[in-house]
Amino acid sequence: MASSVGFPHPMFCLFNNKKDLSPSAFASTSQTIYKCKKPVSKNIGMVMAPQQSEHKPATTGSVKSPMTMTEKILARASEKPQLRPGDNVWVNVDVFMTNDISGPGSIGIFKKEFGEDAKLWDREKIVVIPDHYIFTSDERANRNVDILREFSMEQNIKYFYDIKDLSNFKANPNYKGVCHVALAQEGHCRPGEVLLGTDSHTCTAGAFGQFATGIGNTEAGFVLGTGKLLLKVPQTLRFVMDGEMPHYLLAKDLILQIIGEISVAGATYKSMEFIGTTVESLSMEERMTLCNMVIEAGGKNGVVSTDSTTFKYLEDKTSVPYEPLYSDAQASFLSEFRFAVSKLEPLVAKPHSPDNRALARECKDIKIDRVYIGSCTGGKTEDFLAAAKVFLASGRKVKVPTFLVPATQKVWMDIYTVTVPGSGGKTCSQIFEEAGCDTPASPSCAACMGGPKDTYARMNEAQVCVSTTNRNFPGRMGHKEGQIYLASPYTAAASALTGYITDPREFLQ
Amino acid sequence: MAASLSQALYLATFTSSASKPSASPISPPSIKVPTFSPLTVQPLSSAFTPNVAHVITLTPHATSTPSSIPSDTSTTTFHGLCYVVGDNIDTDQIIPAEYLTLVPSNPAEYEKLGSYALIGLPSSYATRFIEPNETKTKYSILIGGANFGCGSSREHAPVALGAAGVKAVVAESYARIFFRNSVATGEVYPVESEVRICEECKTGDVVTIELGESRLINHTTGKEYKLKPIGDAGPVIEAGGIFAYARKTGMIPSQ
Repeated sequence: MASSVGFPHPMFCLFNNKKDLSPSAFASTSQTIYKCKKPVSKNIGMVMAPQQSEHKPATTGSVKSPMTMTEKILARASEKPQLRPGDNVWVNVDVFMTNDISGPGSIGIFKKEFGEDAKLWDREKIVVIPDHYIFTSDERANRNVDILREFSMEQNIKYFYDIKDLSNFKANPNYKGVCHVALAQEGHCRPGEVLLGTDSHTCTAGAFGQFATGIGNTEAGFVLGTGKLLLKVPQTLRFVMDGEMPHYLLAKDLILQIIGEISVAGATYKSMEFIGTTVESLSMEERMTLCNMVIEAGGKNGVVSTDSTTFKYLEDKTSVPYEPLYSDAQASFLSEFRFAVSKLEPLVAKPHSPDNRALARECKDIKIDRVYIGSCTGGKTEDFLAAAKVFLASGRKVKVPTFLVPATQKVWMDIYTVTVPGSGGKTCSQIFEEAGCDTPASPSCAACMGGPKDTYARMNEAQVCVSTTNRNFPGRMGHKEGQIYLASPYTAAASALTGYITDPREFLQ
Repeated sequence: MAASLSQALYLATFTSSASKPSASPISPPSIKVPTFSPLTVQPLSSAFTPNVAHVITLTPHATSTPSSIPSDTSTTTFHGLCYVVGDNIDTDQIIPAEYLTLVPSNPAEYEKLGSYALIGLPSSYATRFIEPNETKTKYSILIGGANFGCGSSREHAPVALGAAGVKAVVAESYARIFFRNSVATGEVYPVESEVRICEECKTGDVVTIELGESRLINHTTGKEYKLKPIGDAGPVIEAGGIFAYARKTGMIPSQ
């Protein structure tokens, strides 16, 4: 496995500049800008733009210091021409998201601080997505969805993806499912914007070239009333991944590689920027997987540059205008990490930490009890297509209970309609059925975080589970002594087929 | 002699009396007083003045509304028993997901959250944070290692700790969202240490945190440790939380 780590270290200039690198902070080019490798400068304050209040004619783009994508997004959102890491600024929020476990508390604080009759800052910029504890008989959980409904109606919130009939998710046309996947599918993720959500995996949306991060209830209450938040500009860590993606690897393997490299606190307070030819070759859903687990490294946010893949994905999802922002060529990054992707192998994160990285093939003697394919990390359409690919290649049946939880209604539909390449027209659902997997469940977060005791696929005994989810801390999926191995959908499917942790190359030739 | 002095001092802080500690131990009504064996307690350092008026009392929350972090931190001290945990204590261990149906802004559910604080710790932690059949902890200071509060952004985590009776956390480092939530809610004061205090202290040690002096004193071992200043969160804490800060700086109108 080739990776280089340095704080800082000399870098190689492998790419010629592909496009005119305008120093203007708001250049919208449709191509990624590569940083021509210079030693990382710590003196990012060396060339300071004049202060905004001076109104000097020289305050044009040409005297601004280079900024990273994250710095630029926060600068625009705070209406400042220039920002440096460490600056604390009030940022305008473009989209705010909340769900059923954090919404009620946020609403409570909003009302307490702004008054019972207070109005939201903007009824169109809030997206309310029940998704965590939905299909349960837990009364408080059900009540929490009711609280969301009451507030959404009172405030005339435009985007509330309601569910009332818990016995049949399909009877709820507005219900979506897992918030981070729903945000993307419903066109709420747009390049250059600021998206805050009351869930740590809000960082997923960084895949769209925006600043997206998770916040708590109190700050959410503040945003609900003001549409702003005080944020500190983070330094950026750069992760360069180059080379053709091997056919047995997925974005999950890439991010597990990175987290294993820098540890669960390696990106604390930092922005993680993912670039390179491999990243450019990834689909939007794969980019979402990459950014999703930024929080598992402690990261504040993750970003992937906007390109034709992004534009294409957004074509049929949003008509709201957006303006992407890109890191300047001369921008300073705290550190850069490079990975030769062709040398990487399928990975797992062993219990009980997402940074407890190991090669899947070195864990082949570990017997497992179950497999879980779902969540914002590994429950998207392409994740299920990937799992289906492995089952198809094997032609055999799974040896352990294999739980499938599509993230959203759309994903569920795709499982039943999208055909798997090379299968002669079979849908994912058919392949799953033939392989003996459990029937795909109602879309929600389900057992990724345990939940109420009657949650589908919750681990109620001390078992060993291979999961496409994002965390494996003690008790994460329910039982405190449960052993969770995080893995890609390929690895999860392969493991289901053998009953042991299995490198998917056993089946993918 | 030294043992009974520290015992009396310790007890006095529970009784919210402004007078000097008396020599005879008083049993506070609601806190189980740990019995002190005759420890070889080092003499209290001369810089530590047992002035009870400056000490934050450790009675459990009399009301169900969250206590706010004191805004004048120059004289703030925290004093009491500490509970020690290790590195990477994630929010699932602080408050497991199954309890997240409890809404923190609901007073009754706020109390219930407190009763489940740190219930997610594995069984390798022999001493429980909250005794069975109790709803509050006797440990008002939580000492952690690196990356405390990592994982999920659930604000229920600092809320549960605060509701349980924790006043301050002293960790080697914090995960970002947990730190922000602590500052925003005012539930627990997030202090950072210079060294790994989690390896220097044991659960049950009596400690004092002096914010103004940036110092932690372990009375049980007699050692002192330097703490880090609060940093950028200082103005927000000084103002009394994010809402108060925003009002103070004119970002939102006063109530």
